[in-house]
Amino acid sequence: MNENIIEVKNPVLSIQNLSIAYDKGGKYAVKDVSVDVKRDSITAIMGPSGCGKSTLLRAINRMHELYPNIVTEGKILLNDEDVYGMSTIKLRRKIGMVFQRPNPFPTMSIFDNVIAGYKLNGIRLKKSEREEIVETSLRDVALWDEVRESLFKKGTFLSGGQQQRLCIARALAFKPDVILLDEPTSALDPVATARVEDLLVELKKNYTIVLVTHNMSQAARISDNAMFMYLGELVEYDKTKTMFTNPKDSRTEGYLTGEFG
Amino acid sequence: MKAIAIRDNSNSRNTKNKIFLGIVIFFSLLTILPIILIVGELVVKGIGQINLSFFTEAAPDTLQAMVAKANGETIPGGIANGITGSILIVVLAAVMAIPFGIITGIYLYETPGKRYSNIIRDIADILQGVPSIVLGLIVYLWVVKYITHSYSALAGSVSLAIMMLPLIIRSTEETLKMIPGTLKEAAVALGVPYHKIILRVLIPSSFSGLLTGILISISRILGETAPLMLTTLGNPRINWDITHPTSAVPLLIWQFYNDPNMVELIWSSSLFLMGFVLTLNIISKRISAKHSIH
Repeated sequence: MNENIIEVKNPVLSIQNLSIAYDKGGKYAVKDVSVDVKRDSITAIMGPSGCGKSTLLRAINRMHELYPNIVTEGKILLNDEDVYGMSTIKLRRKIGMVFQRPNPFPTMSIFDNVIAGYKLNGIRLKKSEREEIVETSLRDVALWDEVRESLFKKGTFLSGGQQQRLCIARALAFKPDVILLDEPTSALDPVATARVEDLLVELKKNYTIVLVTHNMSQAARISDNAMFMYLGELVEYDKTKTMFTNPKDSRTEGYLTGEFG
Repeated sequence: MKAIAIRDNSNSRNTKNKIFLGIVIFFSLLTILPIILIVGELVVKGIGQINLSFFTEAAPDTLQAMVAKANGETIPGGIANGITGSILIVVLAAVMAIPFGIITGIYLYETPGKRYSNIIRDIADILQGVPSIVLGLIVYLWVVKYITHSYSALAGSVSLAIMMLPLIIRSTEETLKMIPGTLKEAAVALGVPYHKIILRVLIPSSFSGLLTGILISISRILGETAPLMLTTLGNPRINWDITHPTSAVPLLIWQFYNDPNMVELIWSSSLFLMGFVLTLNIISKRISAKHSIH
């Protein structure tokens, strides 16, 4: 066990000896990563471009399997259940994902976007259930008051920041255990970014959040724990405060002080 | 001193810009000139024949036309047999070509770079280059001789469907390619199975593009004459039976051209065909502008 990686009790996610290559026999994008994610908290994954942080994130809900020749070794346990043994439909109901660019479905109304996961999977809901899910999800992302009058307008009429919050609401509609966010604010302006950050801090009371970010100050502002990845390796994993004030590995220190990245 | 030098420079640049702009405008006017001349010519020569009976009555025979011309009247009858025939043949062709074309287009989009899909794409391109008269000949052999045992609307629509197919395949593939990949990711991240992503996310999102492709391919085949000569032959009466010889607007134009008594009808029929194709084109442009996904 790497001494720069802290242990977490009763983790939601437990990643064990995970290695991923985009080609059989090719270079590993993620190298033998073992790490536990703390429940009801924000965990940030940092690192320079190409360090494997997005690949690691996508491996958690198996989105990385979209690439044709991907090779995955190791295990990921979600509440002690192996995600590679689950159906992707079940897995992705438990682990929601939000992307870099807001991507509401352009043909659907705001209302339908929130329950898109149910609609597209053919899960039938009563009218009252639908309305309840939409309202709670939109309230959770603090969008309800802004859109309650225009629920049946297209989601693409919203501003970028509102669209991103709508996408978070879409992920929340399944009441997932974990929400994965892949640089969720990199396409947003500073005001919208601040709102999404406040929202994430609010959401961690009920959800476990894993966040990939390029933005070190964002990780410092909102995350409880932070991982630093470099060339596919998990170099360091610690409480965010400890990592930013007293990094143990020289590579982490180099990245945080702006020597590379 | 410096400031003056800059102003001089910008003056000469402005002049150059203006000259260049003038040249660009001149040549773009030159390219739209033919369409204006064509439409103008057709309107001037054809508008006189267009009245209600032009749309409701079948084409006259040569004797009726000759008598009317001798008396200095407008030629009686219309091109209703051609219009109904064209509708029948084109709708039938679309029904055959659209499902195949869209499914194949989806396949090409989903499997880029695969050997099999490259072969299909190449074949579609080759199909697009097959001379339409050759298609007519082949369909004559397949459908007219062995299936309907006579010239028929069905045979005509098979040949037109083969012409539509590559257009729809390629427009489907290109439309799907323009949909941001993030949309597909969003659906995948919700655990949506593959076939539902295609049916309920990709196709609805690209609907306007697909429709545009279909309308353009229809406007392309509306004017086809050569394959119809060998497959549907023509019919002096309105016919809705797909196993019988059927007329079509371009076939009528060809027949009017060969009959010295009916020359006037060439222009009105051409005006009608041109107007129809233009309208389809304009509608498809409107649709794609209105529903485009950024």
